[in-house]
Amino acid sequence: MALVTDTPRQQDGGRKVRGAAARNRARNGGPRIGSHIFLLILVIYFITPIWWLTVASTKDTAGLFGGSGGPLWFDNEFHLFSNIQGLFERQDGIYWRWLGNSFLYAISGGVGATILAVLAGYGFAKYDFRGRGAFFGILLGAVMVPLTALVIPTFVLLSSVGLVNTIWAVILPSLLSPFGVYLMRVFAQEAVPDELLDAARIDGAGEIRTFFQIALPLLRPAVVTVLLLSVVGTWNNFFLPLAVLSDPLLLPVTVGLNGWQALSNAGSGGEALWNLITTGAFLSIIPLIIAFLSLQKYWQGGLSLGSLK
Amino acid sequence: MATTTAPSSAHRAEAPSQVKHRPDRSYRRRQRWGWFFVAPFAVIFLTFLILPLVFAFRMSLFTSTLATGTRFVGADNYLKAFTDPIFLEGLGTVARFALIMIPAQMIVALLAALVLDNLATWASKFSRLMIFIPYAVPVVIGALMWGFLYSPRFGPASSIFGLFGLAAPEFLAQDNIFGSLVNIVTWQWAGYYMIIIYAALRGIDPGIYEAAVLDGASDRQIAWRIKIPMISSSMVMVVIFALIGTLQFFTEPQVLRGVAQGAIPTSYTPNMYAFSLAFSYSQFNYASAISFALGIVVFVFSFLFLFLTRKQSGLK
Repeated sequence: MALVTDTPRQQDGGRKVRGAAARNRARNGGPRIGSHIFLLILVIYFITPIWWLTVASTKDTAGLFGGSGGPLWFDNEFHLFSNIQGLFERQDGIYWRWLGNSFLYAISGGVGATILAVLAGYGFAKYDFRGRGAFFGILLGAVMVPLTALVIPTFVLLSSVGLVNTIWAVILPSLLSPFGVYLMRVFAQEAVPDELLDAARIDGAGEIRTFFQIALPLLRPAVVTVLLLSVVGTWNNFFLPLAVLSDPLLLPVTVGLNGWQALSNAGSGGEALWNLITTGAFLSIIPLIIAFLSLQKYWQGGLSLGSLK
Repeated sequence: MATTTAPSSAHRAEAPSQVKHRPDRSYRRRQRWGWFFVAPFAVIFLTFLILPLVFAFRMSLFTSTLATGTRFVGADNYLKAFTDPIFLEGLGTVARFALIMIPAQMIVALLAALVLDNLATWASKFSRLMIFIPYAVPVVIGALMWGFLYSPRFGPASSIFGLFGLAAPEFLAQDNIFGSLVNIVTWQWAGYYMIIIYAALRGIDPGIYEAAVLDGASDRQIAWRIKIPMISSSMVMVVIFALIGTLQFFTEPQVLRGVAQGAIPTSYTPNMYAFSLAFSYSQFNYASAISFALGIVVFVFSFLFLFLTRKQSGLK
């Protein structure tokens, strides 16, 4: 990056060249051994648990307790496929049901929350409607309301309309994303020029068509970011489904695996499902890791949106 | 619609600066479309934020027992909450977590972002991704993994410490559980905060550094005097995220409770306390009061923090 942008300036001669050269050295010149060692330590720290999980998913229960390779290396025996088979057999493959539930909740909650946030953020940014200031002020305050403080009241509320222990008990509250609306408003204000909207109106486009054909394409980077954030938020959610769901068939994978862990820890009365837990956990983190790695160019810039002024 | 908006636009083209002060009728009418776009969100906002809050507040003013039924008690539940040693101890616990955990996450995130900002190598791009990856791991799975790693039965600790001839610490013992939890949260979130800070650093015009370099400033001075002050609004946002998250600490201790036998009580944090009051003891009224009281505490602290840092964040 730095190299490309500096090249024309280096032909100017004079002070600018030295400045650019010095910055180049600072940005990417030299081996920078200290910095790389620091990064190496960080990478080892951040990646070791995931490495451990990868290795652990290939072991059976005996291997987990004292396999030939130790906790951080593979054993002589490779049990990943028999573990996956175990996941299909245990309680008629309830793990896959949990994984499917997680997808259902994360995608419907995440997509729904994003649609609402795009519409509302655009509305707040581009229309000076009556009550806008007051509503947005309340919304900003709501960003600071801890969502977990709402779980128990939401549970009581949903149980009074008979929605507890249904998929709606997880999906509907997940549609709420005040922070997404805030991000969208900030982004729409900068990225969608009023002149462009006015031009579309002069050409005879209605408000809805103007939104879909002019504004929405410009909002795309923010849409991907809000979508990722809300999908991750719903996929991660633990407190809400733990509170509002009791039917094992409706649980997301996070709550389900936690239940297996509690079962395995129950001591002599429990069952040792360790190999299924590690394999189940390993398989469940793959989709999101792939999503993040493949959508890099969107979220890397997008996550800093909220700090724009 | 088009016929009504077109004249307004023509009018604006003639006198664009006056349009805000002297809006004509069709301009004003068009602004009502704002509600059309905001309405779907407003419905969800009312149903799943305002309504539960009002509902919780109303519930918290009542008490319900089998003997006496439901009766109005006013602020009694709040008086009880703020004199309840279990709730206060939970608040103290999350306050201690906030004091240790937030600086820990910020230091890791900021140092990593500053180092990455200075490098443009293949290794630094790779490192950036690897540091961020834990964010993609659900918190429950992260806590489960660390529970395994901490466990003396499964974990690598005994062999790693054994290399140096040391006995591995008991990560899950009562004395060490605090540090073990700090480590899990730092691992999970530092990468996310690092990305936000890093993106803010990349947003600084590098021309600013040139003058400093010419004046002989070292990398460290540039970081302290130029970079950190220029990204203070991002830092404030990140600290707010971390603060709100820490005060409602729930998932990690709840998951680790199963592995760390006896080291984490069911009332370790206010949220865990509210959860067990509601679902183990069916005390929904008192649990609502605890939830609401926690919400107030979080709100007040975040607001106070924003107020104290209004210069850095640029918020008015």
